[in-house]
Amino acid sequence: MSLVEVTGLTVEFGSLRAVDGLSFRLERGAALALVGESGSGKSTVASALLGLHRGTGARVGGAIEVAGVDVQEASDEELRRLRGAKAAMVFQDPLSSLDPYYAIGDQIAEVYRAHTRAPRRAARARAVEVLDRVGIPDAVRRSRSRPHEFSGGMRQRALIAMALACGPDLLIADEPTTALDVTVQAQILDLLHTLREETGMGLLLVTHDVGVAAESVDEVLVMRHGRAVEQGPVGTVLGSPAQPYTRELLGAVPRVDAPRAVAQASAEELVTGEESVTGEAEVVLEAAGLRREFGRRKRAFTAVDDVSLTIHRGETLGIVGESGSGKTTLGRMLVGLLEPTAGEVRYDGHARVGVRPAVQMVFQDPVSSLNPRRSVGESIADPLRARGEKDEERIRGRVRELLERVGLDAAHYDRYPHEFSGGQRQRVGIARALAADPRLIVCDEPVSALDVTTQAQVVALLGELRRELGLALVFVAHDLAVVRQVSDRVAVMRSGRIVEEGPADEVYDNPQDPYTKQLLAAVPALDPRIAAQRRAARRELAVV
Amino acid sequence: MSGLAGLTGFALRRTVGALVTLLAISVIVYVVFYVTPGNVAQITCGPRCSPAQVQQVAEQLHLNDPLYTRYLNFLQGLVAGQDYSTGTSVQHCSAPCLGLSYQSDQQVTALILAKLPVSLSLVFGAMVLWLILGVGTGVLSAWRRGRLTERLLTGVTLVGVATPVFVIGLVLMIVVCGQLQLLPFPQYVALTDDPEQWAWNLLLPWLSLALIEAAAFARLTRAAMLETLAEDHIRTFRAYGVGERSVIGRHALRGAVAPVIALNANNFGGAVGGAVLTETLFGLPGIGQELVHAVNVVDLPVVVGMVLVIGFFVVLANAVADVLYAVADRRVVLA
Repeated sequence: MSLVEVTGLTVEFGSLRAVDGLSFRLERGAALALVGESGSGKSTVASALLGLHRGTGARVGGAIEVAGVDVQEASDEELRRLRGAKAAMVFQDPLSSLDPYYAIGDQIAEVYRAHTRAPRRAARARAVEVLDRVGIPDAVRRSRSRPHEFSGGMRQRALIAMALACGPDLLIADEPTTALDVTVQAQILDLLHTLREETGMGLLLVTHDVGVAAESVDEVLVMRHGRAVEQGPVGTVLGSPAQPYTRELLGAVPRVDAPRAVAQASAEELVTGEESVTGEAEVVLEAAGLRREFGRRKRAFTAVDDVSLTIHRGETLGIVGESGSGKTTLGRMLVGLLEPTAGEVRYDGHARVGVRPAVQMVFQDPVSSLNPRRSVGESIADPLRARGEKDEERIRGRVRELLERVGLDAAHYDRYPHEFSGGQRQRVGIARALAADPRLIVCDEPVSALDVTTQAQVVALLGELRRELGLALVFVAHDLAVVRQVSDRVAVMRSGRIVEEGPADEVYDNPQDPYTKQLLAAVPALDPRIAAQRRAARRELAVV
Repeated sequence: MSGLAGLTGFALRRTVGALVTLLAISVIVYVVFYVTPGNVAQITCGPRCSPAQVQQVAEQLHLNDPLYTRYLNFLQGLVAGQDYSTGTSVQHCSAPCLGLSYQSDQQVTALILAKLPVSLSLVFGAMVLWLILGVGTGVLSAWRRGRLTERLLTGVTLVGVATPVFVIGLVLMIVVCGQLQLLPFPQYVALTDDPEQWAWNLLLPWLSLALIEAAAFARLTRAAMLETLAEDHIRTFRAYGVGERSVIGRHALRGAVAPVIALNANNFGGAVGGAVLTETLFGLPGIGQELVHAVNVVDLPVVVGMVLVIGFFVVLANAVADVLYAVADRRVVLA
């Protein structure tokens, strides 16, 4: 008997069919990944396996059997006994997935007691045992901590510990590493791998990240619009995909181990007469000894520490680092949204305070960085009005031009942000940045909220604009692969400092700093065999 | 956070803040009464006084002095105490002196000490009841959301919010004391005199004040719990087979604690001086009743004294609420 057997599964929310006739099976001890972009229905499938749609108004059709329980027909009590005990789920966002008010050990103990009726003391001991098992140091003491006292990676370990508490046959992991830094992601994936080797439990991994799937599973099921596109062994599906959509998806995934694509032309094409004389492209912006502190006295914290960099015309500088490395603070100082505590930003050779039209910013979250109550046309017109443009006809004309420039329809002027998809909203953000005729755009994680195919389109747009308008770009991101694909030069940040800087290919192919090496070793590989090699390499790095 | 050091600093900052607030309140009351039209001396003396008598009263009460002199006098009395001449004799009013009542020549501090136990008895008892009734109803309607129970409870609480206290109080009194004769008509008995009679006599006032307030707590608790129920960590516990009873009673209820503390601080502080209707209806000689009377006869020292006491309880209730927040939610840092 299979561990999971799903036949003709459909899930409908009102008139929306999120999952449409999906069938798959997972054998005991095996690992399967559901891969797809947002809206493909992959998370809905994961919830359906535990019957989490019951009582929510969603209509679930087809047959679901998990660990010998018929999820569709089971009574509420049978379902309760399945959840957590035989099949446990690890959720995406480890902060919001734990109760903020209770100690982590108590929460795990509560789950254990819900299934075993063990005495309080024994349940608490079990909680400490599993926390220790997932690598929480000093588990006895840390089990008394609240979730906010844990780092992101430790919270995810704690959730995995909760899943392990009752020794389940099946672990369902829904985007378990999406909220985490790449080095922490690698640790969590390695942990899942080890746990599976030791306990022999089955794994159903839900992810949008093909690399994460390649690292962790034996089989892949690619989903789109609620249907299965392609299914098979991970090496086959990722190595020689049979379906056009799978090929498209894989093609859009930025590679960290390949030099940047030819389509992303480099700065050398922009050589002008002036530059050939000096041999050096003109400097647009220069930062010298930038430092920024937050808080005062005892709570003072240095977010950026003595950073100097130069950005030339038509060049893309990638700034890469993990969360808390100070990359966003640095980006904001370059634009003038934040005043440096020390050091200065020189624009055209002059020290500068405050924002300048010539340096613009594109923000990470295209949803919250647009005013939901104003039409996108009005948002794009803001920089024009700020510059003193009064002629409504000219403003409208220029905005239409910008909308078309970023690949949107000029008629979208009067639409509101919620009518657009994530990728389109980011295009609106780019159009707004372009409105002020900038020479430099600082993009702070411009594509991290987007699906890979959309991500590839936005990255292509930025490259195009840079080439055609001679723009300089600062591309701030945590995703090493994306940064490699867009940048001429790369600066790697850690704890507020730049640890390594140089031409992109040099930094990636021949990293000098140990931290850069560690980062690169943590990036999931698309090839399962390379993934296994990297896992071994990480173990060695960890020993050192 | 080092608990004790944090708490000491917090108490210190809060005390300073409270003093500043109370001083500001007293200034405002003085100014408001100064600019309000009406001859205070005439009102105090009575309608039959001759102009000369009125003039004498005005002298005696320093009503002809400029505003700031009167206010400074008030401050002096507060810090150092003061002597008051009441026509024939001189009365000494020692250190925290809030002055003498224009009407009765009684010391305001003594007046407050007489009225405060009544008000506090009423409000404390009512608070216990409104918390039990309100939070209980809220939990029940969040748990049974979408069912008949919830719709009934929502209706009842809506009626509670909309009904004035004198209607509920009157109905209770007529039914319980009049028709059924279960209780005697309430009459205030001090707790120190006879605890049992104290409780029996306050039962109806407690109930009528609590029923009104409970409605707001029920709605707040329900809303906060429904919000928490929609959060991710609730999904976690459901997905781990933790029973619905524990999900509601442990995890969802916890999310309602902070808003309930906040509302309770507000309503408790307000009710100390604001339960006038309840006090009047049940003949309880509390702060609220006294304040209304003092305002009517422009008895400034009494008004200032009462307002300061009420202000003190509002500030205190909020400070207690902040400490409770930090106890309930470890992420909160006292500031």
